[in-house]
Amino acid sequence: MYTEKVMDHFMHPRNVGEIDNPDGVGQVGNPVCGDIMKMSLRIKDDRIEDIKFKTFGCGAAIATSSMVTELVKGKTVAEALALNNRMVAEALGGLPCKKMHCSNLAADALHAAIADYKEKQVQASR
Amino acid sequence: MRNVYLDHAATTAVHPKVLESMLPYLQDKLGNPSSIYSSGREAKAAVETARAQVAALINAQPDEIIFTSGGTEADNLALTGVATALSQQGRHIITSRIEHHAVLHTAEELERKGFQVTYLPVDPDGLINPDLLEQALTPETIMVSIIFANNEIGTIEPIDRLAKIAKKHGVIFHTDAVQAVGNIPIDVEELNIDLLSLSGHKIYGPKGIGALYVRRGMNIKPLMQGGSQERKLRPGTENVPGIVGLGKAAELARIELPARSAHLTELRDYLIDGVLSSIAHVRLNGHRTLRLPGNANFSFEFIEGESLLLSLDMAGIAASSGSACTSGSLDPSHVLMAIGLSHEVAHGSLRLTLGRENNKEDVDYVLSVLPDIVGRLRAMSPLTPAKEA
Ligand code: FES
Repeated sequence: MYTEKVMDHFMHPRNVGEIDNPDGVGQVGNPVCGDIMKMSLRIKDDRIEDIKFKTFGCGAAIATSSMVTELVKGKTVAEALALNNRMVAEALGGLPCKKMHCSNLAADALHAAIADYKEKQVQASR
Repeated sequence: MRNVYLDHAATTAVHPKVLESMLPYLQDKLGNPSSIYSSGREAKAAVETARAQVAALINAQPDEIIFTSGGTEADNLALTGVATALSQQGRHIITSRIEHHAVLHTAEELERKGFQVTYLPVDPDGLINPDLLEQALTPETIMVSIIFANNEIGTIEPIDRLAKIAKKHGVIFHTDAVQAVGNIPIDVEELNIDLLSLSGHKIYGPKGIGALYVRRGMNIKPLMQGGSQERKLRPGTENVPGIVGLGKAAELARIELPARSAHLTELRDYLIDGVLSSIAHVRLNGHRTLRLPGNANFSFEFIEGESLLLSLDMAGIAASSGSACTSGSLDPSHVLMAIGLSHEVAHGSLRLTLGRENNKEDVDYVLSVLPDIVGRLRAMSPLTPAKEA
């Protein structure tokens, strides 16, 4: 039911973990089946220098988390914000219909982490 | 890599002797049991032999066995057939919260048709309290349907006490015994069971065949109209190879039951003890001792069942889970909810069901790979407490 790419990211997930003293953290829960995804970022000169994830969820949830971190690492914050779930699913060679909601979660966690980063910047400049 | 099949509650491999018994009826023994020429009579005789074999497994009379397409049809026929026949006497049915969907969804359909259904709760081990059945009965109650042993958590219900209460009140008692038949001894006479559903492919028989035991004199209506096969309760030309296979499987189950049950119980306890002692933050779902010989069901905290199943599959192990992510509906198993698990804990459930061809080496193999798989997923989970990761 999963593509080879999904299974590869599931069995060998990239960027698992948590960044110490991150510049931004986002945690979102999946309202559909109750899964949880957490992303932490290190941002330098408006670029995502490092990103790590932790996920409680199905194979697709883990694979999409891993893929998101791979897709945005080294990208600018604006580029990362432009990432959507369709692009994540495409990069994985597609996801089963039933699992499309999991790919939302990964992009949502990333966007939440960026929002947290921006919030912190606003506070710092005050 | 070793391949270990641990999903016998889902389906089992056809026993070689069952296959052997079926082959002639897929090849040259082609007659229709309703025909009067010799191959027809031969097929008819084979069907009647199978009927006696199935009856013997549960201590019923051969004419009390109605062949169906499987456990689901047997459950549908039992509930809808009795409800339709007795709707003038009353419109209340009692069942439980941990039934198989074949009973649960049939009961819900009957509710839509104007029947009232009470769904009895279960305790944290999955047991139904007979007192609650007693209290739920009303003069309107026409039928009680309680699963003999649960397909997910393996808990064996106090069927003797439940059926006795139904009998005392003159209410028909049905049980879905699909998981129990062949694994634990069942005597419909001693237990006062009026209707019982069973399935071929759970007892090393073929898929697509099952049976409903219907006590003599029971008032029940068919689901389909057609010919006069199966006392008109199940019209249609008999699935002769399937019936012959089910008969043989039932015969083997009856003869081998004590040995099978002892073998499975030993492996099950070894598996349960091994998992509970080698992995932290794990709970056993279902009753510790009042459970099916081959059933083990665990919840591993902080991780999700589908990712567990995928990882086990990569290690050659076939298993199942009640996680929301594995169900089509994205809701966790209703059985795990009924025993009081939180969504998160139900999420991390793993069902391992042993069968006759499993051995100690299989369990050792599972015990050798499972802790690492659980550990790997826990290291990835945001729920895992920092000191555990
Ligand atoms: S996280 Fe539940 S289905 Fe993917």
